[in-house]
Amino acid sequence: MKSVVCISQTPDTAAKINVAADGTHIDPAGVKFILNPYDEFALEEAIRCREKSGGEVIAITVGGDSAKEILRTALSMGADQAVIIKDADRGDSFGVAQQLADAIKPMNPDVIFCGRQSVDYDGFQIGPMLGELLGIPAVSIVVKLDIQGTAVKCECEIEGGRQRVETTLPCVITAQKGLNDPRYPSLPNIMKAKSKPITEIAANPPAARTEVVAMMKPDTKRLHKLFATDGDPNAVKNLVQLLHEEAKVI
Amino acid sequence: MSKILAVLAQQEGQLRKTAFQTATAAVQLASQIPGSSVTGLIIGNKIAMLAEHAGPYGITDVAIVDNEKFSRFSHAAYAAAIAAAAQKENADIVLMPASSAGKDIAPRAAVRLQAGYVPDCIALKVENGNVVATRPVCAGKAHTDVRVLTPIKVFSLRPNVFTARSTNGATAIARPIEVEIPDDTFRAVVTETMMNKGKLDVAEADIIVSGGRGLKAPEHFHLVEELATELHAAVGASRAVVDAGWRPHAEQVGQTGKTVSPSLYVACGISGAVQHLAGMSSSKYILAINKDKDAPIFTVADYGIVGDVFEVLPALIEELKQFHRS
Repeated sequence: MKSVVCISQTPDTAAKINVAADGTHIDPAGVKFILNPYDEFALEEAIRCREKSGGEVIAITVGGDSAKEILRTALSMGADQAVIIKDADRGDSFGVAQQLADAIKPMNPDVIFCGRQSVDYDGFQIGPMLGELLGIPAVSIVVKLDIQGTAVKCECEIEGGRQRVETTLPCVITAQKGLNDPRYPSLPNIMKAKSKPITEIAANPPAARTEVVAMMKPDTKRLHKLFATDGDPNAVKNLVQLLHEEAKVI
Repeated sequence: MSKILAVLAQQEGQLRKTAFQTATAAVQLASQIPGSSVTGLIIGNKIAMLAEHAGPYGITDVAIVDNEKFSRFSHAAYAAAIAAAAQKENADIVLMPASSAGKDIAPRAAVRLQAGYVPDCIALKVENGNVVATRPVCAGKAHTDVRVLTPIKVFSLRPNVFTARSTNGATAIARPIEVEIPDDTFRAVVTETMMNKGKLDVAEADIIVSGGRGLKAPEHFHLVEELATELHAAVGASRAVVDAGWRPHAEQVGQTGKTVSPSLYVACGISGAVQHLAGMSSSKYILAINKDKDAPIFTVADYGIVGDVFEVLPALIEELKQFHRS
């Protein structure tokens, strides 16, 4: 079974985010960049499919030179090949999806795995867009996957429960936390990955469909009304009154 | 002048809560663009009678795609229907909820319409005749204002952020429309839906009571559950207690859990790691209970009690019981 895993490089989830001087991008200074956490589930699932039924795993990303780091992580986890579409700018999500679709089409994979969202842009778009652009079914937020031949059975998380979805290969699967436990690359594999080749494809972005006109820190003003139960016997009583009269939530 | 198509989500023969939010957002947006109009859109099987419920929210014209094919649910098929309806209605703006289904359907519809798409918007404004959408990025650590550059624009709206506002009864008229729904859009189909029994889900709840490591052990979570019951709230959890196996992943709020925006979020024994804040910082009101006055959770709290959860929670539950009795 041939699978392609779309991965992206994102700021570490613990990173403090500041706005860059141009006012529209994240300031990369001092930010640690990592493999998007959801993509780890995608990679792990692809590798498990190969361990079960043979085939190969191709990791692909759209990014600049620094993104090669995450391709090395993918290789050290067990991906067979790594491809980078050299577009440091990345543009908007549609541009990423279109470039991925163009590169993936000739590869003719059985499954395309993605993380359900990237933790920087939180768009949830790439998986469904790839399905449309490549004319194949796509299933989102998958927590359980069973592939028998070309029959695909998934369990997907929805608000308040789960759905069972059935489809056939080829298809796109977006991975949710809980799908599997991603492996830690072994040191020998990390060393081997350092010298594996990375195929480079030139950027060919379509015209942008959306544009970020400003990025800012959120400006929510909070009331900061603090009580201490130590020495204030009425703290809880006063709080309930505020919840009722001021916040009007009860 | 714009034609706004408001996709009104329905499930099992009822309009979802988000439908009224989408309707209000559409009506409010139209009021900011001179000469604009709003048409609602309901898609499903045998759903035409749902149209009348849009009237109180200001939508008088509701296009209906009622087709027996939709006795099965497929995101691709809904997206195809929405795109076809948008083209038929000459809509240049399409709004739908950023629910888990909406976030799957919206980008597909956008690709079909060759439209720019902005996901999970928390605000829509009009500047110099252009719609500018505000959305959270990096799990809410920053916001971006985004403009769509294509003639047709698709936006998905974060649930529970756009307040549904009912006005004085306009009457909504259902208008059936015919759109082509290709069979090949049913290649991935939902075969079964399994809802968690009894428990209110964090993603839909108006009030959430969450517990963290400050509860010290899984058996103490009954205090969180009792407070949730008293407030008719859903129970949430921090990543720490989910990873420790005390609570199911479905309850996890945070960057790798769920993003929620309830009217009230109560954080019990949660220190407020930046990844947790990312999941709940768009809550309308935040109440934090923690014995450490320096816990980061207090930097985002509207109301805070510095105290021991094992004293505060029972006291709060008792006070609420008295309040509800009076």
